[in-house]
Amino acid sequence: MSAAAPRVLIVDDHALFRAGVRTLLGEQVEVVGECGEVESAVAAIEELEPDVVLLDVHMPEGGGVEVIRRVADSRPSVRFLALSVSDAAEDVIALIRAGARGYVTKTISGPELTDAVHRVSEGDAVFSPRLAGFVLDAFAGELPAAQVDPELDLLTVREREVLQHIARGYMYKEIAAQLGISVKTVEAHVSAVLRKLQLSSRHELSRWAAHRRLVD
Amino acid sequence: MAPTANPSRGALRIALGTGLLLCAGLLLVRATGPWPGDAIVWPAAVAAVGGLLIWSSPSSRPRARRGWAAHRPHELLSRRPPSRVRTLGSPEVSRGGLGVVLVLGAGFAFLWANGGVRPAGEAVLAGLAVLIALALIFAPSWRRLARSLAAERAERIRSQERADVGAHLHDSVLQTLALIQRDADDPRQVATLARQQERELRAWLTGRDPGRRGESVAAALEAAAAEVEAGAGGSVEVVAVGERALDERAGAAVAAAREAMLNAVKFAGEGAVSVYAELSDERVEVFIRDRGNGFDPAAVPPERRGVRESIVGRMRRAGGSAVVRSAPGTGTEVEITIDGRGRP
Repeated sequence: MSAAAPRVLIVDDHALFRAGVRTLLGEQVEVVGECGEVESAVAAIEELEPDVVLLDVHMPEGGGVEVIRRVADSRPSVRFLALSVSDAAEDVIALIRAGARGYVTKTISGPELTDAVHRVSEGDAVFSPRLAGFVLDAFAGELPAAQVDPELDLLTVREREVLQHIARGYMYKEIAAQLGISVKTVEAHVSAVLRKLQLSSRHELSRWAAHRRLVD
Repeated sequence: MAPTANPSRGALRIALGTGLLLCAGLLLVRATGPWPGDAIVWPAAVAAVGGLLIWSSPSSRPRARRGWAAHRPHELLSRRPPSRVRTLGSPEVSRGGLGVVLVLGAGFAFLWANGGVRPAGEAVLAGLAVLIALALIFAPSWRRLARSLAAERAERIRSQERADVGAHLHDSVLQTLALIQRDADDPRQVATLARQQERELRAWLTGRDPGRRGESVAAALEAAAAEVEAGAGGSVEVVAVGERALDERAGAAVAAAREAMLNAVKFAGEGAVSVYAELSDERVEVFIRDRGNGFDPAAVPPERRGVRESIVGRMRRAGGSAVVRSAPGTGTEVEITIDGRGRP
């Protein structure tokens, strides 16, 4: 946790919002740049190699998913944290599956955002309460057990408990205290859930997300 | 695609069946009853079938603009064309075409059989040639016309929806922005207005109907959170997993949760209140958590009836339970639980 301040690139097509995030982040991270579109974001990531990219979901020409897709192979060490006003399930799931290590909404407070950036830069995952709710919902339904990898398509009891606490508004530290485990273990559980989200073969996941948005 | 899913194929099958039945009937009459003569009846029958095909072809009926109104605004925002707009497609056109061919053929056969062709033979032949030529010449432009008509209708529907979106934004977002400008020096009021508008706009964008609050527990919790925000300020974030219809017992849980939200925004200070609900037909669990100062539940004087009556008592009467967990400095969490289905 004591490492140097993470280097952060802010990618969002609203200049006003970029400025807001910059002030929100304060002194504990180093903002190395801002970009307003996919093209310049890709160039900036390749040139600056930031630790963490704060990524908007909706931008012209493909949005956050497109940015991740274009630099994931050439700059594998760069980590992405999605920061969006959208809390639609299909947006959230799409970005996580593209490779983002977390998803927070734009109403997040300054200290929470700084904390999330630090977490992501250290390789951990960051789930907002709503994302935790989506994941619990998506992995809750009874599905035909055929042709799915049970390892990837189920949450362990502990993982479920951790996600439930996140959805209830607990911080990692508080979850650790509640469940009698260490913060590191909480982080490990969340990272495992993230991996399942990203690798899970089930197309039901995307379908669920789309369905939820359309029908709910 | 399954064969039965193709409407025009089904219709053709029906037409064929009807035609065969007609043939059988006519043959029966021919063998037994009065018969005007082959040369009249057969062409007339063929012409009748052709006419039926033409008239029953959907493209000759004014088509209802069904479905488009049900499109969600976000579909519009993502610039997907309305998916129900059918182009004047080949199956219908070919059905109508088949009808035309049958009627023309029947007329021709009638003339032929009644000896009308031989005198007028050359004229008819010339007419036929002209018709075919015209068809060849105008078919492409006719198709183009059909296609552009479809495109035009899609465009009209789109602009209609755009107008609806505009009207909605005007009534909601622009109004709120005006209010915010007016109250710019009252940060609390501005935050409340913005919150309310955000909630409303989100519900609209995702197509969640606020009218469903009477049917689903999740919708009722959302509505309760919105009311608490509007009334007492603060912000309440609802995350619901699963779903359950709003029955009497679940209704009690929602009412108790609303009371807990009110307490939370009143005593919790700045931070947001988190509401998390796990809903199923077997069980309802709602957690209401704030990050305020917290209190010592044991130290609450017995005459303070708020929590005890409106939350714990209410849940006990409804056959559920409510637990309040709090300690000074850690915030407060209320857990509301109901096991089992609603009372019949």
